[in-house]
Amino acid sequence: MSDTNQNGIVGRGNREGARLFRQWFDGLGRAADEDRGGAYVFVMGSLGELLGTFDLPLVFPEINSLQTAVRHQAHDYLNEAEDIGYSPDICGYVKADVATQRRAGALPMGRIPKPSLAVLTNACNTYIKWAEIWERMYGMPAYVIDVPASRQDGQTVVRGAPGFERDRRYVAAQLRELIGVLEDVTKKKFDIDRLRESMQHANTMSRGWKRVIELNRSRPSLFNALSDGTIYLGVANGFRGSEEGARYFDQLVEEMEYKRQNGIGTLVDEKFRLVFVGVPCYPIFRRFTELFSEHGGTFVNSTYLWFASGGTNLGFEYDLKDPIESLAEGVLVSVSDAMDSMFFQTRALASIVDDFAVDGVVYHPIKSCRTTSTGLADTRRALMEMRDIPSLFIESDMMDRRVVSEAQLKNRIDAFFEGLQSRRHQAAAGKV
Amino acid sequence: MAYAAGVDVGSTQTKAVVIDEHGRIVGRALTMTGANVTQAAEQAFGVALQDGDVREEEVEYVVGTGYGRYKVTFGNTQVTEISCHGRGAVHMFPNTRTVVDMGGQDTKAIRVSPRGEIVDFCMNDKCAAGTGRFLGAASAALEIPLEQLGDTALRGERPVKISTTCTVFAESEVLSWLGKGKRIEDILLGVHQSIAGRSTGLLWRVGIEPELTFTGGVAKNIAMIESLERAAGCKVNVSPESHFMGALGAALFALDHIRASRAPAATRGGTPS
Repeated sequence: MSDTNQNGIVGRGNREGARLFRQWFDGLGRAADEDRGGAYVFVMGSLGELLGTFDLPLVFPEINSLQTAVRHQAHDYLNEAEDIGYSPDICGYVKADVATQRRAGALPMGRIPKPSLAVLTNACNTYIKWAEIWERMYGMPAYVIDVPASRQDGQTVVRGAPGFERDRRYVAAQLRELIGVLEDVTKKKFDIDRLRESMQHANTMSRGWKRVIELNRSRPSLFNALSDGTIYLGVANGFRGSEEGARYFDQLVEEMEYKRQNGIGTLVDEKFRLVFVGVPCYPIFRRFTELFSEHGGTFVNSTYLWFASGGTNLGFEYDLKDPIESLAEGVLVSVSDAMDSMFFQTRALASIVDDFAVDGVVYHPIKSCRTTSTGLADTRRALMEMRDIPSLFIESDMMDRRVVSEAQLKNRIDAFFEGLQSRRHQAAAGKV
Repeated sequence: MAYAAGVDVGSTQTKAVVIDEHGRIVGRALTMTGANVTQAAEQAFGVALQDGDVREEEVEYVVGTGYGRYKVTFGNTQVTEISCHGRGAVHMFPNTRTVVDMGGQDTKAIRVSPRGEIVDFCMNDKCAAGTGRFLGAASAALEIPLEQLGDTALRGERPVKISTTCTVFAESEVLSWLGKGKRIEDILLGVHQSIAGRSTGLLWRVGIEPELTFTGGVAKNIAMIESLERAAGCKVNVSPESHFMGALGAALFALDHIRASRAPAATRGGTPS
């Protein structure tokens, strides 16, 4: 193993991610100060490639909300929304955003601009209700891309599949309509060459993202899919289609290749390789990971890396010769995959268990997100039928610390590792 | 003679068990946990030693378990009560494949392997409905001592339907049934059936595979045993030591450690910690 960390390559992805995040929020703050509106978008189908060509600052309310939890301030925002009648059972991201809007965009990370428009997909039905709140507040347009996903286990959306071309044309028609809306809102003419350039950067990012995830098959694993992975995800979303984003993922691949070649793992002593299913526990984000790493457990992959990147983990690359048609195909394929990552992840998980030499699967349903949580008990049972793999089912929340009990989580996690340890002893003794 | 011990520091009570080299219980103790967890653990351990007429230096290894396991400062290691209840139940009833442990603050459904290792488990989350605390609320509302609840409930004929899922609200619901003129016996039977129903819900999540063993302090309650058998649709094993099952499991893990430390290096297993 090399004893040099040339040019600080190890950990660069996390440092650069933090720097880009700061840069992004500085830009949003300037837009807010200058009263320039932003494009409010979501992680599953942001269309950042297209929106960037109209010079619209990208605002991801999901990311803003989770940041309030990571910074231990979510309760203030949640309470404010609940004080005006939002139920404790409503999505915590929505409530934190409602409070943010009431505070004129003020967040712990800075200030965000008001929306000029919102662009969303049907990947999460809360997106639609959420955008309706902004419509009522600001009277701006909200454009919904209806992605005709299969919602059928095992039926992946790929070129050549029955109905694929019809669905692709359906999405392309919506994109053309959206371009008209964007021209109206921004008073700018659509520039297809800028879109081509942006899509080229997006291709680099998708290719890099896929490779980074693949590289974590290494033993020891190179990054923690939950803690480090969430930083990478932030760049994948916030800088989609940008030169900085493309450079970031090129460098991230370089970092991971370097770590692999030099045997540098994310843990000094990796004992158990795990997969995380669901949305992270942001109110105790760092501690949550520690509860596993204290036992030598690390997350080598996560469904969150799939659906929260809008399915760009697939590495779909656009054909730049025909941008709109290819963008439609990319949206159809990637967003459908993101939906399958939430609803029908069993087959994908089984293959990850095999390919990544996984010791256990951790399911984390959360109180305030039905979309990602409802079917987890069923998919857990389905995976247990397909593979002899231990799993842990722990419930908390992505935002609301009132339903996060560290003591209870720790108890279950400790018991899970006791089972893994015991299983390993039995296997070593030839009893399993 | 070498001894092993387990100390189970629960939310309400602390239990300690001392076992001999053959895994037989020689001493046990039950104390209230209170605010000073370490002191409660020390006290329970001391009483168990006295009960078994065992000197502290004769105990080679101590395992702490329960929510206060890290406060068993004199212990050698810690194991969760999930593993300990599984281990204890299989020790008492070797054909056990599913365990339901009902304690003061939580209820656990545990599926175990023939060797007592955890295959799967499920617990109540963030809510004490379906736990011993629910009985405590009914006991307070009806002014009937906890130990008389089971016998009283068994005299019920037409159990009321307890609809609340909240232990705090359970008390007001019990009082509202009294206000409607329902018999105390019928209200209590309804309370027991409600708890059994919620516990069985946890059991279905891990899958009920016979034999089913009932552990924890609430297992002393005859009406709960009957309600659980009715809800789960199968007979349940209940040991006279059910209240001490977590501490017993911890002591058995301690005994494993003693045996492993004496075995040749190649055959050593280990405590699941």
